[in-house]
Amino acid sequence: MSAKVITVTSGKGGVGKTTTVANLAVALALTGDRVVCIDGDIGLRNLDVILGLENRIVYDLVDVVEGRCRLRQAMIRDKKLSNLFLIPAAQTRDKNAVSPSDMVRVCDELRPDFDWVLIDSPAGIERGFRYAIAPADQAIIVTNPEVSAVRDADRVIGLLEAEEKGSPSLIINRLDVNMVRRNEMLSAEDVVDLLAIRLIGIVPEDDRVLIASNRGRPVVLDEAAVTARVFQNIARRLKGEDVPFIDLGNRGLWSRLFSGRR
Amino acid sequence: MNNAVRLKGIRDGLLVSLSHSQWGEQEKALLSYIDARPTFFAGARLAMDVGQAVWRVKELSALRDALSQRQIYLWAVLSESPVTEKTAQLLGLATRLSTRTGPQRRPTRPPAEEPNVHWVQKTVRSGVRIEAEGHLVLIGDVNPGGEVAAAGNILIWGRLRGMAHAGANGDAGAVIRALELRPQQVRIAQVAATEIRSSGPAQVVLEKGIIRVQSLNSQEFKVNHER
Repeated sequence: MSAKVITVTSGKGGVGKTTTVANLAVALALTGDRVVCIDGDIGLRNLDVILGLENRIVYDLVDVVEGRCRLRQAMIRDKKLSNLFLIPAAQTRDKNAVSPSDMVRVCDELRPDFDWVLIDSPAGIERGFRYAIAPADQAIIVTNPEVSAVRDADRVIGLLEAEEKGSPSLIINRLDVNMVRRNEMLSAEDVVDLLAIRLIGIVPEDDRVLIASNRGRPVVLDEAAVTARVFQNIARRLKGEDVPFIDLGNRGLWSRLFSGRR
Repeated sequence: MNNAVRLKGIRDGLLVSLSHSQWGEQEKALLSYIDARPTFFAGARLAMDVGQAVWRVKELSALRDALSQRQIYLWAVLSESPVTEKTAQLLGLATRLSTRTGPQRRPTRPPAEEPNVHWVQKTVRSGVRIEAEGHLVLIGDVNPGGEVAAAGNILIWGRLRGMAHAGANGDAGAVIRALELRPQQVRIAQVAATEIRSSGPAQVVLEKGIIRVQSLNSQEFKVNHER
């Protein structure tokens, strides 16, 4: 078995890449798969905080790349899930410390021992983005239902197509159904219509996501939260299952998604 | 003339042939050639013919990184050296031009008697620009931030929401047609217009120096074509 390497990226910052990586990593690990996530945001690391592992960091990705430790030494095992690992970013360095080839090498070393390698890409389309997508078998675009985030997502999809990474999958994050209903927010349909890529998840706006992230315990572990079910469903779709979308009340999308137009 | 680096356009990318016999010289020649023309190469898909030079993994991956920094995507290395071929394979690069990696999306070819039509089938996304020396036929949308330009006419079988420039070399008789018009801007020859809107098929023409939109519903469409 060889791991599938998935890079989560967006172009625009603050749309929820890191939260998405943390929740998908936990959701995949909950199904029993072996998962490692890599924080690619060197200099601005966050993934460790959201996973609640910040106090356990000894070595980081740059230490691995520069040969100061073995890969295994930089892998932090999750507190509860023994099949989930994090390779943290360095906080005191910058994006120049890692190259695309470095990331390819690290991922190739991880592939035999895992089912999933999830890479949290930094925002932007510069060097950090380049090394984050270099090893990817597949990319996931995270966007918010707002014009600027969608515009950046479109740009990034174009760059991924130019790198022949195939067509990425789409997660629309922080959709507020009531605002959509009042025509104050782009609908999921509008976003899918413009980006024309495969939709694998719509994450509704939910205060619990932020609260959970602040506590270092991703929301997917909160069984009462709708968003937990949403992330679990996305994980199942990544594993190839055909899972119907949860009805968030944004009608119109259904007719569009199932009318066979795409 | 620079004989160390020869450049050729291939199906949908560039092929550079490097004549030096050592990898180090080839690398230096290629990078200085590229750095002299950064805008030309930015975003290019590059195949590289290194002849008999021997490249090892470390060297080739360093070059790939250097190219990647310049936003150039190296996808193939052609070589007469078995060592170099092995290196390229280890790095996941193609070693033949015909065996392209990645999704094959060959456009349907236009009829042979229309050599002056550039035929493209894709979504033109933000940050992407497509240029045609003759006419341009695009099957797909132009998203906001995307641009298409042609010396002749532009036909978009999709929605125009970005920028389109027909008659880019000054042909004031060029037209833009699309199934839906909500562009950020259209230009014909040297004249530009914004706020162009049509929810159905329409064409944009230049009449006495003013850009006009004409709906292409069935009747008008007929008239336009009988002219």
